[in-house]
Amino acid sequence: MPSLKDIRKRIASVKSTQQITKAMKMVAAAKLRRAQENITAARPYADKMREVIGSLSIRVNPHHHPLLVKREVKRREILMITSDRGLCGGYNQNIIREVTHLLRDTEEGVEVQLNIVGRKGLDYFKRRDYPIRKEYKNILGDTDYKAAAEVGKDIVAAYEADELDELIMVYNHFRSAISQVVTVQKLLPIEPIPVPEDAVVTEYIYEPSESAILNQLLPRYVQVQIYRAMLEALASEFGARMTAMESATNNASEMIDRLTLEMNRARQAAITKELMEIVGGAEALK
Amino acid sequence: MADKSFHLEIVTPRRLVLSEKVDEITAPGELGEFGVLPGHIPFFSTLGIGEVMYRQGEKKRYVAVSWGFAEILADKVTILAEIAELDTEIDVERAKRKKEIAEEKLKTLGADHKDYLKVKASLDKAMTRMIVAGRRM
Repeated sequence: MPSLKDIRKRIASVKSTQQITKAMKMVAAAKLRRAQENITAARPYADKMREVIGSLSIRVNPHHHPLLVKREVKRREILMITSDRGLCGGYNQNIIREVTHLLRDTEEGVEVQLNIVGRKGLDYFKRRDYPIRKEYKNILGDTDYKAAAEVGKDIVAAYEADELDELIMVYNHFRSAISQVVTVQKLLPIEPIPVPEDAVVTEYIYEPSESAILNQLLPRYVQVQIYRAMLEALASEFGARMTAMESATNNASEMIDRLTLEMNRARQAAITKELMEIVGGAEALK
Repeated sequence: MADKSFHLEIVTPRRLVLSEKVDEITAPGELGEFGVLPGHIPFFSTLGIGEVMYRQGEKKRYVAVSWGFAEILADKVTILAEIAELDTEIDVERAKRKKEIAEEKLKTLGADHKDYLKVKASLDKAMTRMIVAGRRM
């Protein structure tokens, strides 16, 4: 049985761990709020963009722009978004597992390369020698549009240069602070977005021209999608971390309770023992 | 009398900048400025760097925008801009600094240098910001 002193030491150490997890939980909660605000702020643009692409794509011949052309898939790329830091529960593991499945289920004769955002995913796949085409570290911190645009530009350029035939994005979709859903989204080629039946189909006049508009709009669309995914991923990360730290804090509380009980028992045992000794000593003197 | 106003929305990747009823706008199309009054035919244009003016009654307000798209429908105009700043939000000092930096660079770069257009664009942006800020009441 551990001595009183040992138990006290353990309680102190668990307590200080608990303080840290508690602080991390609060920080994650504060950051989560900001990340959520960012998502809300970015939504009108992304939605509007989708609407416009939707209404353009039903009118435009897909062969008018390389990003709309479906090719036979020989080289696939996966863009995965993970976090730069750990201590966020199963957040990264879920993404990595999904990507591993995708890699395992790859059809015969299809080459797959990875584009990885976030240090955690990078560490994992680098160690296992998977072909990585691009890596991005520390760009998620305070995600701004420029960072997402860089990623988007790089991929669109590679696609237009015929270096890949398909792009799939894997990220955590933010549903709520306690629920994040791993999402697999095909980003390239851009597929026509189904428009609601009752949508009014209007014929536009284009300026400067239809193809010039597509040239600008489609790459931008890819960037916006990546930007949105990054914001979702970031909010998910904070949500996951908050939940993980919450349960760590609770576990610590439980542990402290158990240890306190054990400590009290040990103390009581020591007192009883002492009493017995005194009584025994008094008996002996009679 | 029919309602003679229409809805204007300006959004950027970061936020919804503006959503208001207006009577008239002008916007910097890539091929030149265009004006929109209520009942315009459906029109889709790319935007360059410049100012968007919108009029509500007698009051005119300005927004500095760079790059983007405008979708014009009879009763609604949506501007998807990369950057959009209301006249009241512009940091004039920063715009001035940017302008000076860009002007310095342009002196040393030839017109066929690969960065020329980039620097020119940043000069245009700074100038637009200063003009728009100057219109603030």
